[in-house]
Amino acid sequence: MSSAAETPNYNYDIVRKFTLATLFWGVIGLSAGVFIALQMVFPDLNIEPYLSFGRLRPVHTSAVIFAFGGNALFATSYYVVQRTCGVRLHSDKLSNFTFWGYQAFIVMAALGYVLGVNQSKEYAEPEWYADLWLTVVWVAYLYVYMMTIIKRKVSHLYVANWFYLAFIITVAILHLGNGLALPVSLMGAKSYSAYAGVQSAMIQWWYGHNAVGFFLTAGFLGMMYYFVPKQANRPIYSYRLSIVHFWSLIFIYMWAGPHHLHYTSLPDWAQTLGMTFSIMLWMPSWGGMINGVMTLSGAWHKLRDDPILQFMIISLAFYGMSTFEGPLMSIRSVNALSHYTEWTIGHVHSGALGWVGFITYGAMYHLVPKLWGRERMYSTKLISMHLWIATLGIVLYIAALWPAGINQGLMWREYNDMGFLVNSIIEVVVAMKPYYMIRVLGGLLYLTGALIMAYNVWKTIRGDVNEKEYATEQQGAAA
Amino acid sequence: MSEDKKKDIDQISGVETTGHSWDGLKELNNPLPRWWVWVFLVTIVWSGWYFVAYPAWPTLSGHTEGTKGYTQFKELQESQDEIRDRQQAYLERFNNATYEEILDDRELYAFAMAGGASAFKDNCATCHGTGAAGGKGYPNLIDDDWLWGGKLTDIHQTLLHGIRADNYDTRISQMPSFGKDKLLNRAEVEAVTDYVLSLSGTEPKDTFEQGQEIFRKNCATCHGEDGKGMHEFGAPNLTDAIWLYGGKRADVFESIYVARAGMMPAWGPRLDEPTIRQLTVYLHQLGGGESELDADLEEQEAPLPDEGQYKDAPLESPEYENPEEFETPIEEEDAASPE
Repeated sequence: MSSAAETPNYNYDIVRKFTLATLFWGVIGLSAGVFIALQMVFPDLNIEPYLSFGRLRPVHTSAVIFAFGGNALFATSYYVVQRTCGVRLHSDKLSNFTFWGYQAFIVMAALGYVLGVNQSKEYAEPEWYADLWLTVVWVAYLYVYMMTIIKRKVSHLYVANWFYLAFIITVAILHLGNGLALPVSLMGAKSYSAYAGVQSAMIQWWYGHNAVGFFLTAGFLGMMYYFVPKQANRPIYSYRLSIVHFWSLIFIYMWAGPHHLHYTSLPDWAQTLGMTFSIMLWMPSWGGMINGVMTLSGAWHKLRDDPILQFMIISLAFYGMSTFEGPLMSIRSVNALSHYTEWTIGHVHSGALGWVGFITYGAMYHLVPKLWGRERMYSTKLISMHLWIATLGIVLYIAALWPAGINQGLMWREYNDMGFLVNSIIEVVVAMKPYYMIRVLGGLLYLTGALIMAYNVWKTIRGDVNEKEYATEQQGAAA
Repeated sequence: MSEDKKKDIDQISGVETTGHSWDGLKELNNPLPRWWVWVFLVTIVWSGWYFVAYPAWPTLSGHTEGTKGYTQFKELQESQDEIRDRQQAYLERFNNATYEEILDDRELYAFAMAGGASAFKDNCATCHGTGAAGGKGYPNLIDDDWLWGGKLTDIHQTLLHGIRADNYDTRISQMPSFGKDKLLNRAEVEAVTDYVLSLSGTEPKDTFEQGQEIFRKNCATCHGEDGKGMHEFGAPNLTDAIWLYGGKRADVFESIYVARAGMMPAWGPRLDEPTIRQLTVYLHQLGGGESELDADLEEQEAPLPDEGQYKDAPLESPEYENPEEFETPIEEEDAASPE
């Protein structure tokens, strides 16, 4: 613990901004998700053309991944890099530019989707003008981050920074590689991709898979590596494991993209590489989970009454589940059943809601009191309530979509004894309806949790303390 | 491993740390978990085997083939062959059997029904509905009311060549646009509309006689004197409660004023003969198909309303809708006329 005298003058202002943006976009993105889930059950909610499913779906995915997740990564990386390097963030002006520039990108992208401007690449939907703008912002981000590291006061670089740096650099490469396109005109939104046919599909899924790998995995592992040991007040379990799993993860992830293109015009050999590298990715992914969970050894008792730590441990459990499920689904014969079904959506959401969402909530609950100079969050009970409502939401969500997907896959491929296809597409759609209803319910619960968090954060920022809760705790401690 | 040599032991675990500290965070110097290393190695070895067995690496002239000779096209072929074998067990016997033989043979009948149901969902349900109950403009196939005949041979012919489709053998007919083409004036169309409605039991108007006269001169050729229709022309029975384009007065008025001409594609070029035959059997049983032998079955219909019934009935029209909307010609109906 460093004494107050030697604490450098950290730039918390920028972290505060990104934290508030995280909460704001989180609520927007989750609401969009609930709405499009409702559209799946009640197609009449497709309000043409601006609020149709096709246009709102990228609004949802971009809002939760890039707006909610992205702002959370900006906030925590700027916080962690300062604290672990012992220096103030390089250039207030430039970091401020990354904030406003990134928000502008989000608004540009979302407006485009609603107006039908979309280059139709999943998770890379924004058109060329927004892509160029993001490139400028991202280079500024990398520069600020690198300069801060270069100026650091400690000789070694903490593991969280490796992951954040891998995330920033790789996302830059992915964005540039997949985004290459030629605009039709300088004043028009439309552009054509530099790639065509199966090459286009391969580049897209090299990007798409590594967006999961480096944005949603590496970036959030960086978050995990700082906030879990900090909240548990324990050292990281194994330095060696963190090195080995870091480099194996970085190396192997890059190759796994083709598993998104099983049984397509992508050549067999490329499919094989995608699948085998996904299998080999299993343990490197789990390295992060082991290091996170084992960090709690010697501090398990804290888990009993610290809902922030509970958020983190549940998050690691979901991380472990989805990084096991991913390799499993990449196996050709499993993929033959799971591909194009709701199983994939269930898989993604166990990772997104469980891992990405929960580790972010945990980090935010840790951060907010520190950023606004409060002793603690307004209410610990509300954190607990958020935790259980959101967990129930995830359980409903994935418990609906796993069987939905398997059911869907089996119905599609069902032939009877006489060799005839049994189900028509519409019969399968009808069979999905109850599952879709449960998904809406799960999503609503998860959104409710986020609203509780927003309230709790707002009260904390105002400086309120839940007197009643605090008083009973004091009494309990005194007794 | 680093410049700071002083040993720092974590009190709780008793494990040495790496000696670094960032913002109070330290790292234990625990070894890699054994099981983690082993499972990682197993996945690598397994992948190595997979690289040998399956197509895996690009080469200058193509890619490694793998010892199993696997390609996704072979896998597709094998699974399709397996499905085809299931059909093949019945197909030859089915192809050599007449419709009568199929109906008499439990197994062949079940085969036809399974194949027909499957083909129906894939091809016909889009217009006729998954349950085959149809909709406005798309005939209901689960009743026993047939436009072009409900015998097996009729259904087969309709499926094969379609209705108003693009071939010489297609079912074709065209009702004139009596109002639009000024064959009848508006009052006459109104009168015959009411007459047609009266055939299925609504109370006749005072123009009954006039309507009947117009009907005899203009409609009876195809729909018959009694209005029961003729399969030969695809002319619907007007005496029942089944209305392909709606039974409201405005619907019937529009049918007479502008005329209707639905179309169905010919399935012969798209489906193979066994599938057409399976569909024929399926549809025949679905809608109470007509027997090949007794065509007189279809003559057992409800009698015309007798005159005494409507003498005391109230005079107002039950469902009168503004016929003005038919003043302007409706283009789609025009386009549907045969070439």
